[in-house]
Amino acid sequence: MKPHFLKRLLPVAFVLSILLAGVMFLGISVGSTGSNFGDVWRSLLTNTRADSVLEAIIWRIRLPRVILAALVGATLSLGGLVFQALLRNPLAEPYILGISGGSAIGAILGIILGLSYFPGVSIMAFTGSIGTLVLLLIMSQGQAVFKKDSLLLSGVMVNAFCSAVIMFLISMTRDARLHNIMFWLMGDLSTADIGQVGFLAAALLPCFILIFWLSNTMNLLLLGRDMAQTMGVNVKIVTLTLLITTSYMVSITVSYCGLIGFVGLVIPHLLRLVSGSDHRILVPASILGGGAYMVVCDLLAKILPSQGEIPAGVITALIGAPLFIFLLKRSRQ
Amino acid sequence: MNPAININNLNYSYGTMPVLENLSFKIERGDLFIIIGPNGSGKSTLLRLIAGIIRAGDGQIELFGNPIRNYTRKALARKIAYVPQTVPVDFPFTVSEVVLMGRSPHLGMLGLEREKDLVITKQAMEFTGLEQLAHRKTHQLSGGECQRVFIARAICQETDIILLDEPTASLDLAHQTRIMDLMEKLQKEKDITVVMVSHDVNLAAMYGKTLLLLKEGQILSRGKPDEVLTFQTLEAAYGCTLLVDESPLGHFPRVTPVPERLMKIKD
Repeated sequence: MKPHFLKRLLPVAFVLSILLAGVMFLGISVGSTGSNFGDVWRSLLTNTRADSVLEAIIWRIRLPRVILAALVGATLSLGGLVFQALLRNPLAEPYILGISGGSAIGAILGIILGLSYFPGVSIMAFTGSIGTLVLLLIMSQGQAVFKKDSLLLSGVMVNAFCSAVIMFLISMTRDARLHNIMFWLMGDLSTADIGQVGFLAAALLPCFILIFWLSNTMNLLLLGRDMAQTMGVNVKIVTLTLLITTSYMVSITVSYCGLIGFVGLVIPHLLRLVSGSDHRILVPASILGGGAYMVVCDLLAKILPSQGEIPAGVITALIGAPLFIFLLKRSRQ
Repeated sequence: MNPAININNLNYSYGTMPVLENLSFKIERGDLFIIIGPNGSGKSTLLRLIAGIIRAGDGQIELFGNPIRNYTRKALARKIAYVPQTVPVDFPFTVSEVVLMGRSPHLGMLGLEREKDLVITKQAMEFTGLEQLAHRKTHQLSGGECQRVFIARAICQETDIILLDEPTASLDLAHQTRIMDLMEKLQKEKDITVVMVSHDVNLAAMYGKTLLLLKEGQILSRGKPDEVLTFQTLEAAYGCTLLVDESPLGHFPRVTPVPERLMKIKD
């Protein structure tokens, strides 16, 4: 018999929390302005203002950026987990399904129309994500609860279409605000400030809690709609709540830092290998693990190039896309 | 005492096509009730209506004297457990995890299990002979083992009624009898009302206490196996020639379909 649920959750949560804290500290410590771990440690923990430049860099630039990376990673990883459970497809992920692309179209339209980030651009991004979700569900309907390949193929097509629309929109405008749009599109975390990060946290944390609240229901849903229903689950309402919450989370992160793919594929997959399929454990583990993974990817994006930076989305795709191909090949066997 | 299930003037249709027409019958407590009938006779629809998965457009289903629509989903889940014909097993839950999920109608949102729930889970696995498989993943099991896992999950739900949709379909002979023995044990030892849909009239004859024969959404016959499984009713239901005699194993009918070439010889 398996031990009590909390006894299984706590070790996983403990290890991942330590990991997250560790990589966040590393993320704060490393940057183009030379520094050592000791200085950073002192700056974070004490009030001695020894080096005001480093102080400013740490508090105004690096800390917001690291927190942003953790939030985005947590959201995308959780998004992947939820889509995988609801669509019963271990390869489903917001980016692969085109949900992120749809959000990006909405966000770019919002920027072109000159809307403010909140609520204008965010609402446009949310509308875009829901639009692609509906399109995807219609396209793969009637194919016996989403046959694996047909769903993914629909996603790839939605994604291709979204990319084309995005390119078209960019080419149609001469707006100066779109100068950096390519960089943003590839997933950029470098522009964070602490106020925006706080806003993002306030927008995302309730979603994390709601999804954790529904995590046991997600387990039941994996046994099929009929069985879930006869165990007391209101299948329609729960499915709808999860789909909308996830699309909302993803659209918020996309409108803030562009398209970062495959995080929701890599992290839930690794976690399932370690801790099984119980979503009461996978949900918190995905939040912590996804956060840590994104912080590391952002760190790599910062230190790998010989000069300047590359978008973090490049790193996640370099790691995630080969894994996707590997998993797809294995699922066919 | 109210019957376990009481169905009154039940009608159901998919669109304009009627599936069940004006059904009325009772299922007594502690019965092993088997619904048989040809393909498309509405057996599975009837079972899904009783399970509350689909709601009746017309007519009434009562459980222990209370209309089914008066139950909340969770309250219904504490009265009736349902085992579908096929269950997706593409996510690697362990056997004990799946069986434990049967406790969720008795637990809060997060399904935090108590000591008592673990004991009930263990007993359900012993009852179905799954102790050895407790830590195996469901996708590594054979069809018969899988079926037992989902039956154990239903037992874990601690309901008065268990509904099963063709639990022996696609199983080999050994597993068919094993599952049916299990059904008999459930009904006898735990006093659970077992209602199942089956295609196999011979299994129904050997194990059923009461049979219901459906044809095109209507009741053709209802009663003990030897009352229902007669040459006349079966021929009317299935529209083919059948040989009905007494089984050498006991006082219940045995049904053998007759191939066309043998009928010609008889002429």
